Amino acid sequence: MAQFFAQHQSEIFQAILEHVWLVGATMVLAVAIGVPLGIVVARKPWLSKPILGGANIAETIPSLALFGFLLPVPWLGARADRLTITALTLYALLPIIRNTAAGITSVDPAVREAARGMGLTARQILFQVELPLSVSTILAGIRVATVLTIGIATIAAAVGAGGLGEFIFRGLAMVNNQLILAGAIPAALLALGADFVLGLMERFLRPAR
Amino acid sequence: MSDWPAAQPAADSVIEFRNVGYRLPGGEPLLNDISLTVRAGETLVLLGRSGAGKTTALKMINRLADPTDGEVLIEGRKTLDWDPITLRRRIGYIIQETGLFPHYTVEKNISLVPRVEHWPEMQIRTRVHDLLALVGLEPAVFLRRYPHELSGGQRQRVGVARALAANPSILLMDEPFGALDPLTRAELREQFQVLQQQLGKTVVIVTHDTGEALLLGTRIALMEAGQLKGSYSPREFLHSKEPVAAAYSAQLNALEKFERGE
Repeated sequence: MAQFFAQHQSEIFQAILEHVWLVGATMVLAVAIGVPLGIVVARKPWLSKPILGGANIAETIPSLALFGFLLPVPWLGARADRLTITALTLYALLPIIRNTAAGITSVDPAVREAARGMGLTARQILFQVELPLSVSTILAGIRVATVLTIGIATIAAAVGAGGLGEFIFRGLAMVNNQLILAGAIPAALLALGADFVLGLMERFLRPAR
Repeated sequence: MSDWPAAQPAADSVIEFRNVGYRLPGGEPLLNDISLTVRAGETLVLLGRSGAGKTTALKMINRLADPTDGEVLIEGRKTLDWDPITLRRRIGYIIQETGLFPHYTVEKNISLVPRVEHWPEMQIRTRVHDLLALVGLEPAVFLRRYPHELSGGQRQRVGVARALAANPSILLMDEPFGALDPLTRAELREQFQVLQQQLGKTVVIVTHDTGEALLLGTRIALMEAGQLKGSYSPREFLHSKEPVAAAYSAQLNALEKFERGE
């Protein structure tokens, strides 16, 4: 096994880089979309059902099917990584939206009231009070989404986006366990590493109480 | 009706309620036909039991609530004509100890409004020092602390300092000493009296504590079930024949009788 890893070192390394790129791009997009949506959910209760419902539905579509659905979409289907990042982003949204909304709504009403009473604008309340107090909850959502995405990203190999799934699919086709493990082990380690680092950040950024 | 010559506010009236009513969206009335005037430098206590509408009345002063009937005037101008942000920054607001921002140090809590108002850094620093000293907290010790590292009384002092930061002429206090133990409470009340003599702000305090009302108020507005039962000087209040006021006084007298061993 170790010998196999040594032999295919550069190939595995290449796959890890591809994997990290897919997951990284996905998370940047998912945070950029999910956090604002979470704020909307917390602020406008009437929009919370459609937004959370939509994200929930995206979550229930089997990943292989979702890749299939997106394939005919003009701009997206043209390149495998675009397609993959879009699909992965759809999956990553739900925990981020949900946690952002939960973080903001759990801010002590007395604190919010004091902020309003002091004459802070809605924007100042959001950026100075609500978001800083929700940071660790939001990060917990990002953490869940990242671990999830690292796993699902292995399926991206099915549409030719590369990444560690490449080994898994090849291994499955050739009934070669070593190949499967060459994809699965680094993917699991990546997930564990991301979980650990984001967990540390979460604890570090948790506001004192 | 706006061109109708409004009754001139009393010369030194800072806050004026004119036939103010407040109804919940469902139509249920919380406040009914409240009229009262607070003059510059006065400390008005809104006294009443929970649910009497004291807090709602208080929130109408800084537009955390708007009247559904009548109008509230601040410095002779209807609250609805004030920009809420401008109005609130001119009014200090103190609520029970939970109102401090848990993620900010004492220094940042106090300096928040001056900071969003873009005061020069040096001025902010001196201001925070002066305010901490004013409320009896050693700046060097407390500047860098977080609210969870303070006792209830200390937190309340920081709350007062924060409310005073932008030097408002009006101070609103909603059960400011409510969450404190009786001794700390008495201590803070006394210090607040001294502070008030120095600063001469126009103050409105909400409380359900008769002793507090008599001690701190230059005038007591008695509220019951959304109505204003009357407004009295502390002395008048003690001798009032109004049944609700008499009930409050009787409760105090009971305490005195007990002290005299009767």
